[in-house]
Order: sequence, then structure tokens, then C-alpha cells
Amino acid sequence: MDDASRQAYWRSNLRLMAVLLTIWALVSFGAGIVFVEPLNEIVIAGFPLGFWFSQQGSIITFVVLIAVYVWRMDKLDAEYGVDEYEQEVHHP
Amino acid sequence: MSDIQLWTLIFAIITFSVYIYIAYASRVSDTSGFYVAGGGIPAPANGAAIAADWMSAASFISLAGIVGLAYNGYAGGVFLMGWTGGYVLLALLLAPYLRKFGKYTLPDFVGDRYNETARFVAVLAAIVVSFVYVAGQMAGVGLVFTRFLNVGTTTGVIIGMAIVFFYAVLGGMKGITWTQVAQYSVLIVAYLIPAVAVSAKVTGVPLPQIGFGKILEELNGLQADFGLAEYSGAFTQISMPNMVLITAALMFGTAGLPHVIVRFYTAKSVRAARYSALWAIFFIALLYTTAPSVAAFTKLQIMKDLNGTTLADAPGWFNTWSDVGLITTASGAPVSELGSSSFGYTDVMINNDIIVLASPEIGGLPAPIVGLVAAGALAAALSTASGLLLVISSSVANDVYYKKINPQASESQQLMVGRIAMACAILVAGYLGINPPGFVAQVVALAFGLAAASFFPILVLGIFWKKTTAAGAATGMIVGLSLTFAYMLWTLPIYGGSEGLFSIPPTGIGTIGMLVNFAVTIAVSQFTKKPSQQMQDLVEEIRYPGRTSLVAQHQAGDL
Repeated sequence: MDDASRQAYWRSNLRLMAVLLTIWALVSFGAGIVFVEPLNEIVIAGFPLGFWFSQQGSIITFVVLIAVYVWRMDKLDAEYGVDEYEQEVHHP
Repeated sequence: MSDIQLWTLIFAIITFSVYIYIAYASRVSDTSGFYVAGGGIPAPANGAAIAADWMSAASFISLAGIVGLAYNGYAGGVFLMGWTGGYVLLALLLAPYLRKFGKYTLPDFVGDRYNETARFVAVLAAIVVSFVYVAGQMAGVGLVFTRFLNVGTTTGVIIGMAIVFFYAVLGGMKGITWTQVAQYSVLIVAYLIPAVAVSAKVTGVPLPQIGFGKILEELNGLQADFGLAEYSGAFTQISMPNMVLITAALMFGTAGLPHVIVRFYTAKSVRAARYSALWAIFFIALLYTTAPSVAAFTKLQIMKDLNGTTLADAPGWFNTWSDVGLITTASGAPVSELGSSSFGYTDVMINNDIIVLASPEIGGLPAPIVGLVAAGALAAALSTASGLLLVISSSVANDVYYKKINPQASESQQLMVGRIAMACAILVAGYLGINPPGFVAQVVALAFGLAAASFFPILVLGIFWKKTTAAGAATGMIVGLSLTFAYMLWTLPIYGGSEGLFSIPPTGIGTIGMLVNFAVTIAVSQFTKKPSQQMQDLVEEIRYPGRTSLVAQHQAGDL
């Protein structure tokens, strides 16, 4: 990879991280803690919504966030031709 | 021998034989296999191993009890979110880059990226954190053996030590990883079967995550009858700012724990490291989304069972667990003091640790399932113990012996030192399990704060900011660690017992320590000698997953 495409690759990576980490914070600290009281007014399938986010919703979101990250990074690697990964790189 | 004992024995023997067979089949003969399984573990297996390593006796045995009983529902969310959210940070900020960097241990990265002082602090922190943890695991093994097989704690711990000794010393990381895959399967099956059975029985919905919603109203009603705060009510136990601080300390601490980070070195490639994180969070989420349901179902059943009952007609599980002193009166006296008067849930004190172990009995499930749960608890404790022991052993053999004492050591010498260190660590862990020091439980919860305040900032900055200097990282780590540690000493009931500042609890101070560490590292890095151009180029290279020359030279030890 030349310098220009390296920079572009890294910028795409950082952008993806910023988006995913914002969602991460909004769901756990936001929906699960800071906004829990207004959200608890909404009840779905027996769960006050804020309570659900703090007990289960945020955990499910974490799984989805990492899945999206893995999927997007695979695409990004393919796009920049760095999908030839190093194997067995430890000491001989 | 009762039915429950018989079934526990059967499941324990079957699972232990499987672990021993796997260990024998995957024995190793080189350091790379011993430390990182030759970097050749496929992602789903590595994910299962990470999950088993991560979910300790505390997650399996205590989590549901902590959420349901000690933290009354909502406040327990700090543990549910805190112990899972860290994986997002690990996956996005650390795992792929540390894997590209290669090498064997967390101190390896710190030492190579910064300097020898930083490596030394990292080795020390890794060993202390791991020993504190492992003592808790051995105590968990003891608890299960005492309760289910009627043998003494000492015998129980010694049996556990012997099993771990066999597969950890023989197979190193390779043996441990494949055993952990088996242990994950045992523990998740043991956790899900009773949860599904109870949910189906009580609500008709076999998915406990959904059934949970159907009983919440009834549970809140019963709580009100007993004069307890609403189960789903927010901030009845912990204030909003403290919820944020404690959750953050657990999340960032998770992303800084040496025994978790090292697992990403065992992945086949950078891509496999990313997938390992995905599989790990998936496997962990299976248990962590079930735990709050188990907490609610069991608490509901306990409250129904103990509502104006007397000792004479108390349910069977009540007698089993009060006999071993894990259920007492609210003031801590033996339950016999209740005499013939009727009592309810709030008149007794139920230990958090029995919720999961007793849930099949409380839910009226048959003896084989109770035995399976016992085997699951043993799997959880043993898998975490072996992962921690490997961190201790590799820190001693690789970071201290090979890097400091004898850099000329041959493969077989290093391997021998690693195995001896492992054997000694097992003996110390066993001793701590039989005679647990009083402060262990306190310190385990605090280990996360310490990890967040020390490792997390310097790892992230070391990867994402090329100009982070060795002096900056060392100062940041020392300031963050000592500030957090001092505050904990000042506020912990057994030491200072002070109110602290702004009523920040000792479990939440790690978040503040982490922010201070970030600030100090960045500030000091402005004024101190920049890393060499070569190091800056190396940091640049670990950001790209493909084959790159500097990283390859570094792996080979030429830099």
C-alpha cells in the first residue's frame, strides 16, 4: 500500500470506530442509565424499556456492534487488498 | 449417597475425564505452543475459550444472586453492562492491533513499545491481578465440592488443583484453550437448561429472556408487599453518576485485563482476532442475558416460598442451604433462632452464591439437572483458573526469566521455567483457595478499577498516538494506579472507611483514575523525548492487517 491509500484506509477505520463507539455509549450509558427514567415510561412485552436496556438490550447491542465492525473491516480489507493476513507470525 | 450427590459425581467424573483426554491430546513441546498455542486457534474455538476464561466462578455462581438479591434488579445492570461492554472496546481498539504486534504477553507489548520500567510495572500488575483472581476460583471449586459431594473444602481444592496441574503444565496455552472450549460447552448447557425449564414451567415461554418480561409485574408487586423498592425501578440503590462511574470502570477494566488481552495473541491472524472478539461476546452474551432472567425467576420463587412460612414447613432447598450456613436470619444468626414463628423473605439473609446452584431445586427440577449445574460451576471455576495461571507462568518465564535473567535461554530451558512457574502458581493458588484472605472478595471487584486506571490508557494511546512517549506512559500509569489505589484504601470499609469525595464509591474510582492517566500521559508526552522514528513506523504498521516488513523484523527479534 502506498502512503495515500494507507491514510485513506486508516481514516475509514477511524470513522467506522467513531460511529460504533458513539452507539456503544448512547445505548449503555444513555438508554441504560442517564435516560432510563423517561424510557421506563414505555413498556414493551412487560419490560420498562430503560430497565430492559440496562439488563439485556445493551448486551445484545454490543454483539451487533462487533458483528458490524467485523463485517465492515472485512470489506475494507478487501477493498484495499490487505486481506492477505499474516499467519503464524510468532517466534520460530 | 443422595440422588443429587450421585448425579453430581457422575457429571464431575465424565467432564474431568474429557478435560484430561483433551489435555493429553494437545500437549506441546515449544514455547510458542506453551504461551500462545502457536497462534493457531480458529476464531470460534478461540471465542469459546475467551468466554470460558472470562466467565469465572463469580459469573456462573454469583452473578444472578448479585443482580437479583444484593443489587435488587436495576442496579445489577452495572455488572451486566460493565462486564460485557468492555468487549466492544477490546474488539475495536485493541485486539487487531495487539495481534498484529505479535509476541506473547501484555508486558511484551508495553516493554517493546515503551521501555523496561513500563514493562516491569506491567509484569507486577499482571501477576498481582491474576493471583487475586485465581484465589477466588479455587474457593469456588471448594464451595461446589463441599455442598454437592460432602467432601471438605481442602479435599475439593486439592482435586481441582490436580486437574488444572495436569492439563496446564502439560499442554500450556494449547491444552488450556482446547480444554476451555469443552468447559464452555459444559457451563453454558448447565446454565441454560434450568433457566429454560423454569421459564417454560412458570410462564409457558421457553425463552427465559422473554419469559422474564411476563413475571416482572408480579415480582414488582411482591417486592412492594415486602416493603422493598421496585425491582425495575431506577436509582433505588445507586445514584445516576455512580452507575455511570462503576459501569465505566468495569468496562475499561475488562479491556485492560492481562488474561483477556493475551487471548487475542492466540488467534491465527488479525482477521481471526477480530472474529475471536465477535465469537467471545456472542458466547458471553448467551449467559449474560440469561443471568438477569434467572435472578428474577429465582427471586420470585423464593419470595413466594418464604411468605409467612415456618421452619417446620419451609421448602427443602431452604433446609439444605441453611444447614451449610448460607441462609441465616437477617442479623446473621442461625435460622433455628426463628423458632416456631412464621417468617418471610425479608426476615432471612440469603447468600448471593446459592441462587444459581439452588435454582434447579427451587424451581423443582430433577436431580440430574442439579448435578449438571454443579459440573458447570466447576467448569467455570477451572477454566478461569487455568487462564490466569498461564498469565502468571508466562510473565515469570517470558517477561522475567527470558527477558531479564537469561536472554540466552534455549527453548527447552524457557519451557521448563514456564512449567515450574505454573506448578508453583498452582500451589500458591490452592493455598489461597483453602485459606482465602478476608480481603480477596473486595479486591476482585477492585481489580477492574486498577486495570482501567493503569493499562487501558497506555495501550490505546500506544496504538493510536505514535508520539506517546515512554516517560509519558510510565508517569501516566504510576499516577493513575496510585491515585486509584490510594482512594480505594481511603474509602474501603476494612481500611479507611471514609465517605470519600462526592460520594464516589471505591468501585467507581477507576474511571477517574483512567481519565487522569490519559491526561497525564498526553501532557508528559508533549515535553519528553519522542519515540524513535523506527518505533513510530512500527506503530504505523500495526494499523494495517496485511504483511508488512517492519512488523516481520520485529517478530523475528531483529529490531
